[in-house]
Amino acid sequence: MAEAILQLTGVRKSYNIGTPVQAEVLHGIDLNLKAGEFAALIGPSGSGKSTLLNIVGLLEQPTSGQVMIRGRDTGTLDEAQLTALRGRSIGFIFQFHYLISAFTAIENVMMPRLIDRGRPDAEMRDRALELLGRVGLTDHAAKRPNQLSGGQQQRVAIARALSMSAPLVLADEPTGNLDTKSADEVFALMRAFNADQGIAFLIVTHDPRLAARCDRVIELLDGCVVDGAG
Amino acid sequence: MPFEWIVAVRFLREGRMQTLLIIGGATVGVAVIIFLTSLITGLQANLVARTLGTQAHIVVRPAEDKAQPQLDRSRGDISARVEARAQRLRSIDQWERLLPSLRTMPDVVAASSMVSGPAFAVRGTATKSVVLMGIEPDQFLKIVKLDEQMVAGQFRVTGTDAVIGTTLANDLGVAVGDKLRLTSAESREDIVTITGIFDIGNTELNRRWVFIPQRLAQNLLDLAGGISSIDITVRDIFRAEEIALRIEGQTGLLVESWMRTNAQLLTALRSQTLTNQLIRGFVVLIVALGIASVLVVTVVQKSKEIGILRAMGTSPRRVMAIFLMQGGLVALIGSVLGSIMGIGLVHIFARVYKNADGTPIFRPEVSLWLMASACLVAVAVGLVAAVAPARRAARMDPVQAIRYG
Repeated sequence: MAEAILQLTGVRKSYNIGTPVQAEVLHGIDLNLKAGEFAALIGPSGSGKSTLLNIVGLLEQPTSGQVMIRGRDTGTLDEAQLTALRGRSIGFIFQFHYLISAFTAIENVMMPRLIDRGRPDAEMRDRALELLGRVGLTDHAAKRPNQLSGGQQQRVAIARALSMSAPLVLADEPTGNLDTKSADEVFALMRAFNADQGIAFLIVTHDPRLAARCDRVIELLDGCVVDGAG
Repeated sequence: MPFEWIVAVRFLREGRMQTLLIIGGATVGVAVIIFLTSLITGLQANLVARTLGTQAHIVVRPAEDKAQPQLDRSRGDISARVEARAQRLRSIDQWERLLPSLRTMPDVVAASSMVSGPAFAVRGTATKSVVLMGIEPDQFLKIVKLDEQMVAGQFRVTGTDAVIGTTLANDLGVAVGDKLRLTSAESREDIVTITGIFDIGNTELNRRWVFIPQRLAQNLLDLAGGISSIDITVRDIFRAEEIALRIEGQTGLLVESWMRTNAQLLTALRSQTLTNQLIRGFVVLIVALGIASVLVVTVVQKSKEIGILRAMGTSPRRVMAIFLMQGGLVALIGSVLGSIMGIGLVHIFARVYKNADGTPIFRPEVSLWLMASACLVAVAVGLVAAVAPARRAARMDPVQAIRYG
């Protein structure tokens, strides 16, 4: 049986606590994701998808409930431990690629490892080149983000998310800003990494076509998982 | 190169215009500090050298004669008027013992005995009022480097030699090798041979001073075996008054430092120093505000990147380090460029502005200590100025930064 990468138990999230405008956006989410799963997280705007993704990505803390990453209860970790766990266990792909404009494509891909190790080394560069090769951008390694097309930038972002060999990648509308052809290429790449390396993907999307091609669809409605909790 | 350095340098390189502006500000600031400090220090040193080039740092004289009333003036029924005594030329008591002890004082560089008093220099029908300066040449040259200011002959004062100033030489129409008759107020006289003529840049002193051997001065001024004063040079000229007070307390003699006799000059020097410090303070403040304001803008512009770096596992402390390094780095580059600019300005100023005689009004020198301290201060200011923007960056919520940055 595959290892549980992510386990959410009774996760609630409220904003403006103690004020007249207090609002709970997640109402006791229970959710499991196993190694190698390829899941879509869907739901209408305001359903709490982004908040859930931020909590899973350890960028936000839940108001209550438990978040376990690879069997580790994140509620017991301090800021430094959360930062380290996030860097090593979770890769991020955002809708607007969010590459760092001051660095080239290969340097962007090297960045997570550079943050982790503190200094650049040859192995780091080799790994980044290999990943750029996998996303078909070896020839564009020395280019800055503004010299790449939207699809190419998102492929670099995928390579960056995989740089640390993290077992879980969170993608927030990864194809939302791309044309159909580029969106298909990006999706195919994520699928390939999932199949080859057993990396679990949790993809937030509004695109029903993309969601239909995932192995599992988790539907969120008004802060509750209504389907596919697993 | 560590991660923080790499990101700091890249962010600076990317924001080229902002980086150039911030470095430009630091450069001009450091250049102004170095230029002003060198200029004021140089001018002060020149002024002090000109003032002290012709006088001792401390002069020890016999205590003044004071009239001692014989009646008890505290009694109310006595009316008395005590007249101050005329000060005659007197020798310092026990000077042979005092002189070596002064020379061994820790802050004293040299001490020289002097026999000075009024006289007339006569040649033919011309008579000029002069001041006889009876010296031991070897000792005296440690106090005033007169041998460096000779315009004719040499500074040789032995036997019946005499060294006079240019103005007196012109007034009497004499040259090196000529004879001169010296007549003191005590009607004693002697013939001396002029061995050298000096020019110390002061017409009055060039007219008055006549240097002769000490023994000859003792004879002419009727001060056999005595001396009228002791000239002292000290290591730190600005501690002269403190040392003078110490000698005065120990000997009971009349001791005056150059700081007391040139009080106005000292006030002017202190005012200049204070003004310089104020200007430096304001420049440092302006540079700090400049660096801080540009870095704040950079933090705002880089919000999204900061959020991404945080999401990828960069701790708040490392984000802070990135922006502190930017502040320190621009200040370091600015201080190096500013030092070069400051040195250039000092040399240009010294070349353009000169004394009436064509000599530079100050020596165009910038001390290594000044440059090193200016660089250190600039880097410290850069780091301090970067603290607020760096803390802002470190405290940034990655979710908010990515979403709204």
